Amino acid sequence: MSSKEARRVLVVPGEVICEGEFKVLSPNYIVKVDGKYVATAIGLAQINDDSRELSFIPLEGCYVPQVDDIVIGYVVDVGLTYWEVDIRAPFTATLYAVDFLGRPVNPAKEDLSSYLSTGDTVIAKVEVFDRSRGPIITTKGKGLGKVIQGTIVEISPVKVARVIGRRGSMHQLLRSETGCDITVARNGRILISCPNKELEDILIMAILKIEREAHIPGLTDRIKEFIIREKVKRGLISGEGKAT
Amino acid sequence: MGRVKLLREDGLRHDGRKPDELRPIRMQVGVLNKASGSALVEYGATKVLAAVHGPREIPQKHLLLPNRAILRCRYHMLTFSTHERKSPAPSRREIELSKVIREALEPVVMAEVFPRTAIDIFIEVINADGGTRTASVTAASLALADAGIPMRDLVVGVAVGKVDGVLVLDIDEVEDMYGEADMPVAVAPSLGLVTLLQLNGVLTREEFDEALKLALKGAQVIYNIARETLKSRYLGVKVEE
Repeated sequence: MSSKEARRVLVVPGEVICEGEFKVLSPNYIVKVDGKYVATAIGLAQINDDSRELSFIPLEGCYVPQVDDIVIGYVVDVGLTYWEVDIRAPFTATLYAVDFLGRPVNPAKEDLSSYLSTGDTVIAKVEVFDRSRGPIITTKGKGLGKVIQGTIVEISPVKVARVIGRRGSMHQLLRSETGCDITVARNGRILISCPNKELEDILIMAILKIEREAHIPGLTDRIKEFIIREKVKRGLISGEGKAT
Repeated sequence: MGRVKLLREDGLRHDGRKPDELRPIRMQVGVLNKASGSALVEYGATKVLAAVHGPREIPQKHLLLPNRAILRCRYHMLTFSTHERKSPAPSRREIELSKVIREALEPVVMAEVFPRTAIDIFIEVINADGGTRTASVTAASLALADAGIPMRDLVVGVAVGKVDGVLVLDIDEVEDMYGEADMPVAVAPSLGLVTLLQLNGVLTREEFDEALKLALKGAQVIYNIARETLKSRYLGVKVEE
């Protein structure tokens, strides 16, 4: 990982980031042209002069699946032995019935739409994905499976890292300040379930604020202040910042 | 009716511009919220809207390639974009321009990042006053950047023409119609690539060299505006208090 001394610059496609010899950690976003490192998307280039590493935080872009990513998907089609799931990637994902039900299915005897039908939501993990095939997802694992309650907030997939924060700090903050249960999926869908409507509103506003201001430093402190201010405004806590 | 006079006595053009002067240029990105990326570009009175969808799967699986994304481009003029109503059906000219605009963008788009997908670019000319293909290239490349699709450089377009024997930059409809030559050029300035070059009319070799130099100079100005436009979207975000 890059150390704290990394310089950050806002760059656009075609812009030269730096010259010299560096280790490129984001090969899709940084290419070498005539000995110069050039950005290929809008984003923040992180230059670490000590470890000679270059990394890139894109500010726009779609979700590209990676094995072991947790994703939230909507069922778009029911097959004989599988479901097709929209995970906001360039490809729809496949969820096999054997995997979801944990037993073999006989398509002649049972109809898969009685378990999951079009429009249903699932939390799953990407099991297989490479350049030659579409992603296959699995619901085997803790916390995975059909979603039966909660609210989903959609943000840009490239901003998910901000909602989680450095070593989960932002995720922790949101959870402790609002008391909501938050599942952040890598494809930019966030499942929240909150004790009451007011806290849910505050949390959604906070998440959207994170998305808008993702590239401006000091985000965690700003979000903490924002949540406390909103709570005071709604009378959930007194003006001194203490919970009532 | 006499010949249209495109250069005034004082050496300025019919709209008061100097020969090497661009029209006022305005750009905006992220103007549509359903598309992955979008841009609105104005070269004077020419106004073009571009939207990008994808990378995505498409029903026509036989078109897809196993090693990279395909680029599909549709250039279209709205019925009210011209003096006389333009039929909304794609004309021969529009089909050709869709192709040349696509080919102007293909060298910079890193299509190998998204195999088996399609990237769709839709371009609508809202108001046509000359230079719609060059404005379209600029708008499409901004929309691609706004969609976050990796590109080695931005591509910008500009046209050079010859009116009354003088080479002029960024010609408008009148200069295109009554001028002696029209040369649209699309450039990826950082990479030093010329990705589109067409020439309608007659230029001598010397004039051609001069015209290309003029186009590259104009493209650099447009390129800087395009970069600023992309950046200002983020630099303009204010921290809410």
